[in-house]
Amino acid sequence: MAAAEVTSFEESTQVRSRAFDVQNVRADFPVLHQTVNRKPLVYLDNGASSQVPQVVIDRGSLYLEEEHSNIHRGVHYLSQKATTAYEGAREKVKRFINARDAKECIFVRGATEGINLVMHGYGRKFIGPGDEIIISAMEHHANIVPWQMLCEEKGAILRVIPMNDAGELIQDEYDALLSENTKFVAFTHVSNALGTVNPVKRMVEQAHKYGVPVLIDGAQSAPHMLVDVQELDCDFYAFSGHKMFAPTGSGIIYGKAEVLETMNPFQGGGDMIKSVTFEKTTYAGLPNKFEAGTPAIASQIGLGAAIDYLNSIDRVKAEAHEAELLRYATERLSAIEGVRIIGTAREKISVLSFVIDDIHPHDIGTILDQEGIAVRAGHHCAQPVMQRFNVPATARASFAFYNTKEEVDVLARTVERVIEIFS
Amino acid sequence: MQAVSPTRFPFTIHHSPFTAFHMSELSELYQQVILDHNKKPRNFRKLEGANHSAEGFNPLCGDHLTVYLSLEDDAVKEISFEGSGCAISKAAASMMTQAVKGKSKQLAEELFTDFHRMVTGEEYEGSSEDRLGNLKIFEGVREFPVRVKCATLPWHTMHAALNNEELVSTE
Repeated sequence: MAAAEVTSFEESTQVRSRAFDVQNVRADFPVLHQTVNRKPLVYLDNGASSQVPQVVIDRGSLYLEEEHSNIHRGVHYLSQKATTAYEGAREKVKRFINARDAKECIFVRGATEGINLVMHGYGRKFIGPGDEIIISAMEHHANIVPWQMLCEEKGAILRVIPMNDAGELIQDEYDALLSENTKFVAFTHVSNALGTVNPVKRMVEQAHKYGVPVLIDGAQSAPHMLVDVQELDCDFYAFSGHKMFAPTGSGIIYGKAEVLETMNPFQGGGDMIKSVTFEKTTYAGLPNKFEAGTPAIASQIGLGAAIDYLNSIDRVKAEAHEAELLRYATERLSAIEGVRIIGTAREKISVLSFVIDDIHPHDIGTILDQEGIAVRAGHHCAQPVMQRFNVPATARASFAFYNTKEEVDVLARTVERVIEIFS
Repeated sequence: MQAVSPTRFPFTIHHSPFTAFHMSELSELYQQVILDHNKKPRNFRKLEGANHSAEGFNPLCGDHLTVYLSLEDDAVKEISFEGSGCAISKAAASMMTQAVKGKSKQLAEELFTDFHRMVTGEEYEGSSEDRLGNLKIFEGVREFPVRVKCATLPWHTMHAALNNEELVSTE
């Protein structure tokens, strides 16, 4: 890619920005303009999967119509077109998270695959019996189960940073857990079930005092805040495209080049090798070493287009709009008798989990759905969080910048109706 | 509470909370009887002296219940349940215990088959309609495919208890 095209992280987010206007951005998302159960769709399940703007759909279609071919191996025209588009998307990711080098951005299926890649590539190589891995009490199952599997295989020990009643990780307890035995630390940037924003920069610094690498699960942060992996100084950062306005099957595991170099490959196969004989295989360099087989080319190109889209809106204003939505929704729902908000951290974004006395979240979800409102009802793949707050499940409204205060009003009115039905 | 709630004030017209929303399918799902069983589930306790029991999970939504049975001479002498779940699963469990108590094992299993067919929208024999009796109020569940498992979980669990399986999971 031409050097002139490579602008700095800050420049790329500001140069093309235009004023943030919620109706304006809504117009960019075709899926939002439909009725569900004869009501206008109110899409508040962005924490599970966000919607896709027209420009991303168009970019995927363009690839399928004019560029579809396999990457990295053809001398022919289409293969070169596809490779250029795919590697171009990697450059966009690099600038999006401010990695030092595009080769540090490994394309994966999503955050889950990214974490598993690190577990296999790093964990299985460097973690041994008696070693300790620290995770937090608010992790998604994707950042629990792989480490449990590793502990079981290696005889390592899983330690868990506890949280307080507001849903904040207790930093003193974290500091106390860190020791010479700690060999890996993994935690989420933003809790998918509670919305808590963790002080990740501080937490990375603490782990680095012991020379321990840190993985941040960025699935809920990348779509909502500016992320700078160099500033955070994390060793790994994982996120999913489908939660940030790109298609499913796209995602990134970022890793510091020097750490990725030391790791074992994840899957074996085509594209990840330098040479293969029956006696010995030598592996390709970064990033190909971790990208065996034909990837989800159209989806990853779509991720690049989604990043272009995010750069085209004023993300600072978008963030402020989301913060106002969360504040307003918290105020409206808290005012309803019988509603209890789960997760009241001081630093919170985009997620509002709640329960209603004596009404199961699934019943809430079904009734909201009849009014066209999409929320998640369940344990949010975070069962330990549910256990911590002693609830079987919660209903969760999760916002994106295209949501409106009017939608929050519809949510609040319908929650009141739910209570009326069950009274 | 009775199935039909009385008008509280003589001068107001009783209206369903659904009317403003025109939620006919929803009012079909959350009928007063179901809401009542949700609030006051029958046979909701651990059964002392049970000779069969099984645990049922729905890992998707976290519904979790245990069904206890006292089976004598291939008849359900006593049945109870405990656990937590949504209104549909709780009411289904509550009404199931009433429906199968005193019935033969075979009839209990047949009711399960009929019930399952009804909520999944499959055809079931005309004669079994009468057999289902007030369980027919769960017919509305068929309009909500994701909720079918809520209604059938207690039945799957009872079936497991009858057949000495300890754990069932619907997903």
